[in-house]
Amino acid sequence: MPVVQVEDVHKRFGAVEVLKGIDLTVERGEVIAIIGRSGSGKSTLLRCINGLEQIQSGRIEVSGHVIDASGKGLRDLRKDVGIVFQSYNLFPHLRVGENIMLAPRVVLGVSKAEALSRARETLAEVGLAERFDAWPDNLSGGQQQRVAIARSLAMRPKVMLFDEVTSALDPELTGEVLATMERLAEHGMTMLLVTHEMAFARRVATTTVFMHQGRVWEMGPSERIFGSPQTPELRQFLGSGLK
Amino acid sequence: MIRQFTESEFLFILASARWTLLLTVMAMLLGGLLGFLVALARTSHLAPLRVLAAGWIGLIQGVPVLMLLFLSYYGLSLAGFDLPPLIAATVSMALYASGYLGEIWRGSIQAVPWQQWEASSALAFSRPQQYRYIILPQAVRIAIPPTVGFLVQLVKNTSIVSIIGVVELARAGNLVNNATFQPFKVFGTVAAIYFIICWPISLLARRLEGRLHARRAG
Ligand SMILES: Nc1ncnc2c1ncn2[C@@H]1O[C@H](COP(=O)(O)OP(=O)(O)O)[C@@H](O)[C@H]1O
Ligand SMILES: [Mg+2]
Repeated sequence: MPVVQVEDVHKRFGAVEVLKGIDLTVERGEVIAIIGRSGSGKSTLLRCINGLEQIQSGRIEVSGHVIDASGKGLRDLRKDVGIVFQSYNLFPHLRVGENIMLAPRVVLGVSKAEALSRARETLAEVGLAERFDAWPDNLSGGQQQRVAIARSLAMRPKVMLFDEVTSALDPELTGEVLATMERLAEHGMTMLLVTHEMAFARRVATTTVFMHQGRVWEMGPSERIFGSPQTPELRQFLGSGLK
Repeated sequence: MIRQFTESEFLFILASARWTLLLTVMAMLLGGLLGFLVALARTSHLAPLRVLAAGWIGLIQGVPVLMLLFLSYYGLSLAGFDLPPLIAATVSMALYASGYLGEIWRGSIQAVPWQQWEASSALAFSRPQQYRYIILPQAVRIAIPPTVGFLVQLVKNTSIVSIIGVVELARAGNLVNNATFQPFKVFGTVAAIYFIICWPISLLARRLEGRLHARRAG
């Protein structure tokens, strides 16, 4: 059974239709990259999958939770879907470890010991085991983003969504975050990631989706999408060297 | 017969400060409680609550405190509630505080970046959990300076209740001055006592602000 199943999803903002019938399936352990021009609806799609945006029609199923236009059951769904944004949005009033422990404690109701062990484990996973007691403000952007990833992982999500998580970072900090994501992929995490890092998408993603004007324009094995793009739009997008 | 401004006059003024303090504390507690509810309603995602809270804030801020006082005192007694002046004074000061604190705290809640709501929503926090664990702890820091600023105003503004006969600091000063005709001594004393009450509050605010700041940077 696929982890994420998106069927004919339509999303409008006011009169503007931003997603015009998206179909997408993510199997367990799969890493799918989404590429496309700014404004093509990539972020909106991720936000719909996490229930942060309500869809007008179609159906999204994530590990057994169904979202439809009614918008019910969102909290249960979000427990299984991690999402990391371009801005890290750590909780500034909590130390790194507390940032990670809070949602498992409060939302999932796990014991303090369990939350603590999850925090230590996920911090180690992102390579920041020694920053448990640091304040978010005292970390670099790359470190904050890795804590944000750890904070999501501590919920033990079935799938992780990443929305241009390196776009706000200086080039020298991009690498450490990409390496973290690559390690996650190697460890079998199911991932759906919007990215401008084409080389990364090509290397790490099994499948790449090219979105254009609110549609899945072209989709296939990453090697083929980047090696022999079929549509003129994708050729132009890849050719323009658009960052 | 003109009396001298002696120790007993001084003690009379000093003792009356307890009513000023009591009024301030009660207004802050009751008004703070109501103001907190107003702030929550004002930032609710239920439109009727928002409108109601906005109306309340507009009303309280748009009406002179004196009118709140007269309404509490004469209005309620006409309506059949025979309230002692001190109770009417407390009610009116609490209403007054609720309007201003509600607005200050609404601003503080809304000053927390919306991404904090989004990040916590994405982690499946419910709305009450977001308030409790994410938004309010950050809003409190933002709220401290303006809240303490308001508290100092409140101490001074309690003097208005002297009009309905509550003998707090200002009224005590007035009484003593009428008997002694020594306005500089009398009101100098009154002013000094107000200052002694307000100054530590301001100091405390600065210290709290500094401490919270240090905690984050530490
Ligand atoms: N909250 C919103 N309200 C109105 N329009 C929006 C909103 N969010 C996104 N859009 C519009 O939807 C379109 C797709 O946006 P987005 O999903 O962010 O694209 P991408 O992530 O591919 O750059 C854009 O035209 C954008 O202006
Ligand atoms: Mg985007």
